[in-house]
Amino acid sequence: MIETGQWEPKIVAFLCNWCSYAGADLAGTSRIQYPASIRVIRVPCSGRIDPLFILASLQKGADGVLVSGCHPGECHYLTGNYSARRKFALLKNLLEHMGLDEGRVQFSWVSASEGLRFAKVVEEVTARVRALGPANKLMKNVPGGSLDVSAQQ
Amino acid sequence: MSPEVHWMSQLSNEIREAARGLLRDGKAQVIIGFEKGSLSLRGRPCFIRNEKDVERLVWNGFCETNVARYLPKRKGKMAIVAKGCDSRALVELIKENQVTRDQLFIIGVPCEGMIDRHRVEAEMGHDAIIEAEEREESLILRTRDSEKILDRKEYLYENCKACTHPIPVIYDVLIGKPNLQSAQKDFSDVETFGDLSPEERWAYLVQEAGKCIRCYACRNACPMCYCPECFVDISKPQWVGKSTELSDTIVFHLLRAFHLAGRCVACGACEQACPMGVDIRKLNRKLEKDVADLFNHEAGCSLDEVAPLATYRVDDPDSFMVEP
Repeated sequence: MIETGQWEPKIVAFLCNWCSYAGADLAGTSRIQYPASIRVIRVPCSGRIDPLFILASLQKGADGVLVSGCHPGECHYLTGNYSARRKFALLKNLLEHMGLDEGRVQFSWVSASEGLRFAKVVEEVTARVRALGPANKLMKNVPGGSLDVSAQQ
Repeated sequence: MSPEVHWMSQLSNEIREAARGLLRDGKAQVIIGFEKGSLSLRGRPCFIRNEKDVERLVWNGFCETNVARYLPKRKGKMAIVAKGCDSRALVELIKENQVTRDQLFIIGVPCEGMIDRHRVEAEMGHDAIIEAEEREESLILRTRDSEKILDRKEYLYENCKACTHPIPVIYDVLIGKPNLQSAQKDFSDVETFGDLSPEERWAYLVQEAGKCIRCYACRNACPMCYCPECFVDISKPQWVGKSTELSDTIVFHLLRAFHLAGRCVACGACEQACPMGVDIRKLNRKLEKDVADLFNHEAGCSLDEVAPLATYRVDDPDSFMVEP
């Protein structure tokens, strides 16, 4: 990253405590390599994710957001991820409809035993966000960003 | 009096009659309805508690406020004069435990659409409208020295033109014309907008958000926005900036719309209240369409249906999930 001088995306990853966070842990203890682009935030359940968290991340400097929870049917709280899935479907469509998403916001299911899958998800999401380049739409205080009023005047 | 004029005053009379009876029999402590506003193109929501005040109640094409707005957490028995969209908001509020069905006596009024006073005023320019008279097909506007006749149907609010539920979905008594035509469900506006390039759509959002002054009139007018503390007002932590910085304004509008996903009854109160003419419902319309397409739900139509975001199906759409 810094050594090569190449731009790497910053991705905020909201991982549920019971599956995806444990999956990330397993990836680490198993010494599986994956891009160092993610900043993990542990949450009790993917159902805890308020769309506000996702938008706030984008405002505060994230190039992408990954939300990951238990596979359907495996939620520690039984139905949290099912509720989350409905919210995410609507949110992703809404952001896309307003020309905002372009694939910066991603969702996945990773169980506690899927360290390898977790690494692959991070690789995949990083590749997608890297291809999009630095985020500039909602991010605050970005010179030359699409909301930078001084640049438009 | 011509038969056309008679039609609106007939409705007003029937509302008064119902209100008088309810107050007399103690079936309601308050009647929530409309009285003549102090401005020519406005009807003003009013709360009638005495039989002698019942004469204040009126009905016309300026009763645009969604009066369901006044119900959450209100105690006691009340009667409410409800249009189609108001009644849909009532359904949602009952389902969300903000008011109980037993508390309510609903005087349903089939609605022929509310008049877009913004457009009428723009049409009249700087001439102050002293009097507006409504006929079945036309709207007669008088200024100090002139008179103008407009086509009533032409000057309805856009969402009234597209109204799919002009007849209240729940009511205890229905007055007026129970055989109004309703529009077909049509999301072509959402599709047309979706056909633009992402850059054009983003530019549109930026342009609309740029008009917003963050007065929250849209939120305050909305019958479904009743949180004790709104996410934009929370200061610890402060999630959304309070200035009109575009990024914050866009987040406010996206989330305001999202919080209404599957609950928005398409009454248009937000846009009617907006002093800056922001195209607020652009966002709500997309969610309305998605909720219909993905979860087969229309808000405020049945007391038995569970809100789409309060339930799930095992086979809900999930094609957007990352599969490495």
